[in-house]
Amino acid sequence: MKLKHFRIFLAIIAFSLLTLLFIDFANKSTDHLFRLAHIQFVPALLSGMFIVVAFWLILTLLFGRVYCSMICPLGIFQDIITWIRKRFRPKMKQSFSKEKKVLRFSVLIVVVGSYLAGITSILSLLDPYSAYGRIATHLFRPAYMAGNNVLAAAFNHFENYTFYHVDIYTLSFVSLLIALLTFLVIGALAALYGRTWCNTICPVGTVLGYVSKLSLFKVRFDEQSCISCGLCEKACKASCIDSHNKTVDYSRCVACYDCLTTCKRHSLSYKLPAKKQAVPEQENVDQSKRRFFGAMAVAAVAVPTTLMAKNLSLPSSKKTINKKEPLSPPGSISHKHLLETCTACHLCVSKCPSRILKPALLEYGAAGIMLPRMDFEHGFCNADCTMCSDVCPTDALVKLTKKEKNTLQMGRVVFIKTNCVVYNDETSCGACSEHCRTQAVSMVPYKGVLTIPSINPDICVGCGGCEYVCPATPKAIYVEGNPVHRKAKAFQDADATEAAPDSFGF
Amino acid sequence: MTSLASGSHGLVERKNYDHMKRRDFLKAAALTGIASTIKLSGGMDIMAQKVAKPGRRSCDMVAIMGGEPAEMFRRAIIELGGMGKFVKKGQKVTVKPNIGWDKTPDLAANTNPALVAEIVRECLKAGAREVIVFDHTCDDWRKCYANSGIEAGAKAAGAKVVPGNEESYYREISLPKGVRLKQAKVHTAILDSDVWINVPILKNHGGPKMTIAMKNHMGIVWDRGYFHRNDLQQCIADICTLPKPAVLNVVDAYRVMKSNGPQGRSENDVVKAKAMFLSRDIIAVDTAATKFFNQIERMPLESVTHIAKGQALKLGTMNIDKLNIKRINL
Repeated sequence: MKLKHFRIFLAIIAFSLLTLLFIDFANKSTDHLFRLAHIQFVPALLSGMFIVVAFWLILTLLFGRVYCSMICPLGIFQDIITWIRKRFRPKMKQSFSKEKKVLRFSVLIVVVGSYLAGITSILSLLDPYSAYGRIATHLFRPAYMAGNNVLAAAFNHFENYTFYHVDIYTLSFVSLLIALLTFLVIGALAALYGRTWCNTICPVGTVLGYVSKLSLFKVRFDEQSCISCGLCEKACKASCIDSHNKTVDYSRCVACYDCLTTCKRHSLSYKLPAKKQAVPEQENVDQSKRRFFGAMAVAAVAVPTTLMAKNLSLPSSKKTINKKEPLSPPGSISHKHLLETCTACHLCVSKCPSRILKPALLEYGAAGIMLPRMDFEHGFCNADCTMCSDVCPTDALVKLTKKEKNTLQMGRVVFIKTNCVVYNDETSCGACSEHCRTQAVSMVPYKGVLTIPSINPDICVGCGGCEYVCPATPKAIYVEGNPVHRKAKAFQDADATEAAPDSFGF
Repeated sequence: MTSLASGSHGLVERKNYDHMKRRDFLKAAALTGIASTIKLSGGMDIMAQKVAKPGRRSCDMVAIMGGEPAEMFRRAIIELGGMGKFVKKGQKVTVKPNIGWDKTPDLAANTNPALVAEIVRECLKAGAREVIVFDHTCDDWRKCYANSGIEAGAKAAGAKVVPGNEESYYREISLPKGVRLKQAKVHTAILDSDVWINVPILKNHGGPKMTIAMKNHMGIVWDRGYFHRNDLQQCIADICTLPKPAVLNVVDAYRVMKSNGPQGRSENDVVKAKAMFLSRDIIAVDTAATKFFNQIERMPLESVTHIAKGQALKLGTMNIDKLNIKRINL
């Protein structure tokens, strides 16, 4: 097997499995696949999994940007687009272009600087894993569900229930738009210029690119046999081969090995350096290293903290209930923690079995755009379910045991009596209390045989069952988010009745 | 011939589990056999009843206590004339338990899985072509189906377990007799079945006070919110006027939820009452079950207003003293 084929093989596996992780709404594969998100570069960095980060850095130092070509889902996505374009427009060739060094470093400085200043949204927008996560969540997943529904309709017609219908709805218009824009921009760039995105904008690409300048194994020219025919240059999707000067810009080489198979004279090889070449390269590396660390330092100092998230909470357009605080997912510790660590990859959003996690608009403020929040329009947070914190790759949602989850207070119940069916119509209801597993909402005697909700917010966990099911418009009961999650007070168990009746009673 | 064979097979199987008198059993088994033979020869339901009566006057309701769920059902169904009285050969049967909550069987939020499985087996034994089990759950349906033990139990017994989570599984029907509820979207498993059996569990309920056989109908409809917005108690009575009522109501009171219902918080809410009530008459069976419940926790029959509203719609009688009730203490 040629190196290129090995690369394609691994890339297809990584890409398919990670995509499956995002689109598999039935969560059949999640238990096995979620680690694929945890090994991504930026998530590992943010969650403090430095072993993973070190692994990628060492691998890059050895073999170049194999992360970019075989693991990064956004990179592989671009390769797929380029491959498709080649099928339709085989004549279109690429050629060597100069590195856009200023742009690359400016983006990196802004990303790192804003992150250090407490704004995660720029990193979220440009982190390749998170950007791909949003594409998969908002574009591929609904398509996959639609496909499922076609199958379900066909199978159910013949009374086979292997497939079941799922409800498809837009989770968030803004996130859908951002995902769509990312898809179109990066897709178009990939179709026209190959890996341009990775080599101009992507912050991971810039970091690994400059690390890979030091790598041991590289694509190297054999100056004797090379006749500068330009085939490799045309095949290079990173536009980093200058066949005329027989040089490769290693900061942009994504280790795809396409050039190796293209070269008819075997003048290109992937190998350790020859002694004499080492000297000029070393100079290069030193320079770039200096620039890189210089940039980091400048960013850390220069980006003013005034850019920090300002609370721009706007009331949502639906003015039925006016929540002062959004509900952050279980494990998020606090809104602050979420704002600092979440890159909005939306893996939790696509994995939530109750489908209550949705990307925020301005609920957390401008800096919290696209961060997950709990929304009880279509469901509520299930007891015993810790899916979101299990899959979170950045530790924005820290792992919870079932017990911790079930006593965690994410929000507190609020009852508006004047909206309640029992108060207004004087008929029975109790839907809220029915759904309340702690009985923070219980039904107490009202007029005649009627019962009316009564709340005890201290034992409320904020699951949203009551808010979801309340039949009144506007809602008579809702959950107000806790900006800092707390522990719910334990509820008092009912008195056990040991003796069962020994007669029927009629 | 077929029914004779199945009858003797039943004998071997039942001898091990039941403590009933051998003579009683043989009588009942013979009658069941006759009943189904008549069906085979094209006999009608009325004829089957006629045949059943001389041997033992067929009763209106069976109240049984002191046994395990499957055991109690096997005994009670014989008293009612055998499953063949309700399910005919070749029919498509739907069994509708309460699978509303993501809770394990010991917490008594859902119908006992052993009971559901036994009903499925009896239906198939009576010659049902297919038995379907479903519920429109409150919690995540996949979790409810799994953790209630009902999916596994029903499948092992030979049933097909179908989802109820999406609107497309429901079809609108009109309810001309309904007072507040004039039409409702009802699950196709009910509408497209030949007969269906209603298998609720006995629980208290914060809103309508009790959830028994009538309230279990909220699991066959799509839009429950409408019920809550438009006089819940009346809507519960209204949905029970659907053109295809359950042929049999089996109230599971093996474990009874006495408090914090219908979901419950802990095992302290549960009383192991080991009882079961069976009747065609949904009003009578809910009345009986409420009276039984009243011995555990105070629950005046008048406070469960959907039962009286159901009686007003001529769905059955609350005057159960007038009924022929077979009471069995195992």
